[in-house]
Amino acid sequence: MAEHEAGPGAAPAVRRMAAARRMAAVRRIAVGRQAALARRIAQAVAVVWAAFTVTFLTVRLLPGDPVALMLTGSNGFSTPTAEQIAEARSRLGYDHPLVVQYLRALADATHGDFGASIQTGRPVSSMISEALPSTLRLGAAALVLALVVGTAVGLLANLAPLPFLRQALRSLPAAGISLPSFWVGLMLLQLLSFRWHVFPTLDGSGPRQLVLPACTLALPGAALMAQVVGRSLHDSLHRPWADTLRAAGLAPGRLLVAHGLRGAALPALTVLGLLVGNLIGGAVVVETVFSRPGMGLITQAAVGAQDLPVVQGVVVVAAIGFAATNLVVDLLYPVLDPRLRGGPAAVGVAG
Amino acid sequence: MIIAGSSGPRPPGASRAGDTDAGSSLLRVRGLRVTYRGEHGRAVALHGVDLDVPAGAVTAVVGESGSGKTTLAHALVGLLPQGGRVESGSIRLGGRELVGASERVWREVRGTHVGLVPQDPGVSLDPVSTIGRHVTDVLRAHQRVPRAAARELAVRLLTEAGIPDAAARARQYPHELSGGLRQRVLIAMATAARPALLVADEPTSALDVTVQRRILDHLDSLVTAGRTTILLVTHDLLIVGDRADHVVVMSDGRVVETGPVEKVFTQPSAQYTRQLLSDVPGRTDVPGRADVPGRTDVPGRAGGPPARAVPKAPSARADGDGPAANTPLLAVEGLRLVYPGHGPAWRERPPAVADVSFALAPGATLGLVGESGSGKSSIARMVVGLVRPTAGTVRIDGEDITGASGARLRALHRDVQMIYQNPFSSLNPRFTVEEIVTEPLRNYGILERTERRQRVAELLDSVALPADSARRRAAELSGGQRQRVAIARALALTPRLLVCDEPVSALDVTVQAQILSLLVALRESHGLTYLFVSHDLAVVRELADQVAVLHQGRLVELADTQRLFAAPREDYTRNLLEAIPGRRRRTRQAASDAPTAPTAPAPSGPSADEPTTGPAR
Amino acid sequence: MSQPGLRASSANSAGSASSAGSVSSAGSVSSAGSVSSAGSVRLLARRAGRYTAAHPGVALSVLALLVVLGWMLVPGWFSHQSPNTGDQASRLQAPSGAHLFGTDQLGRDMYARVVHGASLSLRTALGATGVALGAGVLLGLLAGYLGRWVDTVIMRVVDVTLSIPPVLLSLLIISALGFGAVKVAIAVALTSVASFARLTRAEVLRVRTAPFVEAAALCGARWWRILTRYVAPASVGPVLALAALDFGLVVLAVSSLSFLGYGPPPPAPEWGALVAGGRNYLATAWWLTAMPGLTVAVVVLAANRLSRVRESDRGRS
Repeated sequence: MAEHEAGPGAAPAVRRMAAARRMAAVRRIAVGRQAALARRIAQAVAVVWAAFTVTFLTVRLLPGDPVALMLTGSNGFSTPTAEQIAEARSRLGYDHPLVVQYLRALADATHGDFGASIQTGRPVSSMISEALPSTLRLGAAALVLALVVGTAVGLLANLAPLPFLRQALRSLPAAGISLPSFWVGLMLLQLLSFRWHVFPTLDGSGPRQLVLPACTLALPGAALMAQVVGRSLHDSLHRPWADTLRAAGLAPGRLLVAHGLRGAALPALTVLGLLVGNLIGGAVVVETVFSRPGMGLITQAAVGAQDLPVVQGVVVVAAIGFAATNLVVDLLYPVLDPRLRGGPAAVGVAG
Repeated sequence: MIIAGSSGPRPPGASRAGDTDAGSSLLRVRGLRVTYRGEHGRAVALHGVDLDVPAGAVTAVVGESGSGKTTLAHALVGLLPQGGRVESGSIRLGGRELVGASERVWREVRGTHVGLVPQDPGVSLDPVSTIGRHVTDVLRAHQRVPRAAARELAVRLLTEAGIPDAAARARQYPHELSGGLRQRVLIAMATAARPALLVADEPTSALDVTVQRRILDHLDSLVTAGRTTILLVTHDLLIVGDRADHVVVMSDGRVVETGPVEKVFTQPSAQYTRQLLSDVPGRTDVPGRADVPGRTDVPGRAGGPPARAVPKAPSARADGDGPAANTPLLAVEGLRLVYPGHGPAWRERPPAVADVSFALAPGATLGLVGESGSGKSSIARMVVGLVRPTAGTVRIDGEDITGASGARLRALHRDVQMIYQNPFSSLNPRFTVEEIVTEPLRNYGILERTERRQRVAELLDSVALPADSARRRAAELSGGQRQRVAIARALALTPRLLVCDEPVSALDVTVQAQILSLLVALRESHGLTYLFVSHDLAVVRELADQVAVLHQGRLVELADTQRLFAAPREDYTRNLLEAIPGRRRRTRQAASDAPTAPTAPAPSGPSADEPTTGPAR
Repeated sequence: MSQPGLRASSANSAGSASSAGSVSSAGSVSSAGSVSSAGSVRLLARRAGRYTAAHPGVALSVLALLVVLGWMLVPGWFSHQSPNTGDQASRLQAPSGAHLFGTDQLGRDMYARVVHGASLSLRTALGATGVALGAGVLLGLLAGYLGRWVDTVIMRVVDVTLSIPPVLLSLLIISALGFGAVKVAIAVALTSVASFARLTRAEVLRVRTAPFVEAAALCGARWWRILTRYVAPASVGPVLALAALDFGLVVLAVSSLSFLGYGPPPPAPEWGALVAGGRNYLATAWWLTAMPGLTVAVVVLAANRLSRVRESDRGRS
């Protein structure tokens, strides 16, 4: 702070010194940034590891014998005999101490081996890798849709010419968040497929097949995005700095687009991270509703049959995706907000 | 445009207002009535305000909070907050009627005809846009300029506004600039399209005094150079006295008095103005500038102790009665505080407080003075044990209480209490006044339950609060009343030392004066000792026997109040004293320090605003 | 801007609105001071009226939740028909005066099934919210107030919980625990604990450094008094708002899990299960899916609106 105020009249020598000090600080920051990046990546890995551990412990420590559950699940409703359970226990390695089991599972998981499905006997990893592309397509479509529609609605809620229209657009997102997505999916099917035949029903494939599921999956995310972008823009326009720019003659549209949107990018980014988590969960419901093969459908069936290895595998893969997203989001924060960049910048904050 | 008269240099001392007669005022407001939407219909904020702003001068609008001065400023740029509406009246700017003007007309007027310099530079710039972007956006809003040209122009404007190294600054973000520089950016934005009128809404109230002076100098120079006319909205009469040619006194949404500053200040006609003038802190005994020898003295240590040597002598009161000099009530030695850093280790943190020592005799008052970041509040918090010092000791009555916790800290608080800056946030909003004042009695088990009520009544009486206020909650009280409650609560434990952390800086002048005289009265009647923290030298002067000046955590100078104000020994102190508004009448140096000069005068040096005439009064 | 007393009173009625209306008298009357009881009732009624006029959305939301609460507590008052035995003669009938929500493939009245399902769905949701609120607030208070290693441990666990997408965490717990209403409630509650803990901690940290809390310490108040009389009352508002919001989300999650078939077994008229049951008749009997789904949507919307009551109050003042 003192450095800056000393500015206007300070002797050239002083200023040069200040500049040199700033340069040195910048250099140190470059080093600091790499360290920060490494630390952040390590953190993401730790989160995935923790998620794996939580899954493992949940399955093993919660009341209920997982082996018995599995056998019941795979045999329908017949009760497994004691011998069957004992045999399965040793086959699955459940008779070892918990720590040994954990370390083994962890070692396997790092190689992408989550064991075999109890229902089908197939390796979990190959089931997941088969199902993943379809779900990724769905998720990506929904994410883009949520982003575009949400931002548009949020922007319009502040730009629309009529106050009543703005009010309507502002209350729309709350409704979007409140609708159960399984119900939305069914209603879309009912109206657009059965009644008006706009989109193919459950069978058939191709991009047209993607429209309804993607819309359903995107709805809550779009609503959340619209809410956050709309509110952030609204806040921006009521900040003192907006008045400064207005008083200097800036037009409202320019104010909103050039300054408001930039400010809204940060909360939008936060929501984006959250959204990916919700999409992963939402895919289970949406794929079930539309009988669309993918990770969600696998999960739904696996939970129904209490096929624990599959569920575990899905959760860990989801956690990896989630952690990766959050990593990217965190790295993007300082790009969008200069205040988070640190460095000599922070010196001036007190001023 | 509309700027009348010559824009050339004027002889010093000539009133700039003289160039234009009243008939050709730049801004003419008549019967302006503004209301806000409230819970019960519309609340009137301005009841028919009349106002004339002559071109080429500084006209000040002065008033306390709630007087409607900020509403007036916003109405003049057509940006009333939500729910606000101009009901009737007229605003004529350079002959153009603005009441009822369409938003399109306003957009053209804003920036090109009237500019606004907002209140708080900390929140008045878009945090995620660069400085240059702010200025180019304003430029491009008014004329078609190619981006590159606008950028060049922006750098020039920033340089004119007194920002050093403007090309580099233009690429920086608001948070990388100090408050003073940010305010200069705001001025550059407001003047980018050369408006005839600049509305400055409390442009310096968020800044330290020394920075404040530089910003006001800069605004002054804009007027002197004939570039614009300023309507200065402020609560500070001293600034008005220093800077304005005309003054408009407002109260309760009405204009109470208006006229040339000299006249209003010397012969106020309205009772309200008289009250306002008499409540200005430090005004009663401001000496003529002539008898401040700091200017003629060789700066520095004229016979006194060396600069950093901290006077440790106990500060006996002038009259020196009582058990003064033996054990100081409060003794602070080698106090040092470094806030633990969360950041990377390579960024070494400067100490918030560095090796501060002083002592305070019973019954005395020590003023701790400094600008923001000087460490004055940190010292106060260490004295009451809220913050643990990194090094050094705090002794109360000879007992070392440094780092006390638990029962010892609790015991300490029976002797040492604190009054906070913001009386609203320091009172539990869910408690009634009675509960608030009873709280310490209850916690320490003082008195029987039935007697406490009586005691609370006594305490409220001693701070001159009506008895029926006991049932109210903090939200129902005014700022001054809240601070009285806080004082009553502090007195409940009959402490010996009262630490006051900026107790009046959130209050209006008239209330400020009342609270200060209450504190003086309580010192006598309750035999209190004060450690009085303030950024406002004038306030400290009214109350303190001794003053300690702090700068960046270090004790710069500690002396008897009289001596410090009459003959400051340190350059820093002298600068600080000179920055206090109200101690001089501005000289009109014209083009010599016009802002077009790329190397602006050293802001820390007093050269730019050499006072020559005595105070206006 | 205007009288702060009034603002306080509207905040009072807002607070009471979220706790279903009937409790508001205590708060408002005490703030009104010494008014006779008859007068205070009238005063209260007038205030409630004014509040309703200003916030029709909030009033409607309270009404909707009260109705659904009635379904849960005394379903017999709202529907005289049996939820589980149907009339074979009137199968798959569209909504009409006799059957508000139509009938299903067994001739059961859908309205009766939705009304009786409220008890299952809402009890599950309320239980889950309650558990999440209690555990989350406790953990958050401990983390925020005690700090140091307690804080570190609790917040690390919270971080990890938040690193697994909530639906998947629920599914994981269900696949380990098995199916049923209680298990669904547990699975959903565990996913919400983390956000309550996080918010409570943030609030505690915010309030703890507020000057009035510091001043309380200077007045000799001991830590539990500070926590109960100063910190907790000041931080409860945002936590309650989150509870309302979370209740809505929990209703959604519970019905989603039932829809997927992990809730109570078939004949039970849980809302999500009702929607799932209507899937096979999507082309022919739209009301079987539409009506129960709509009910869920209304409940969630109402809870959502109430969670924003404080916010809109602040926006006005």
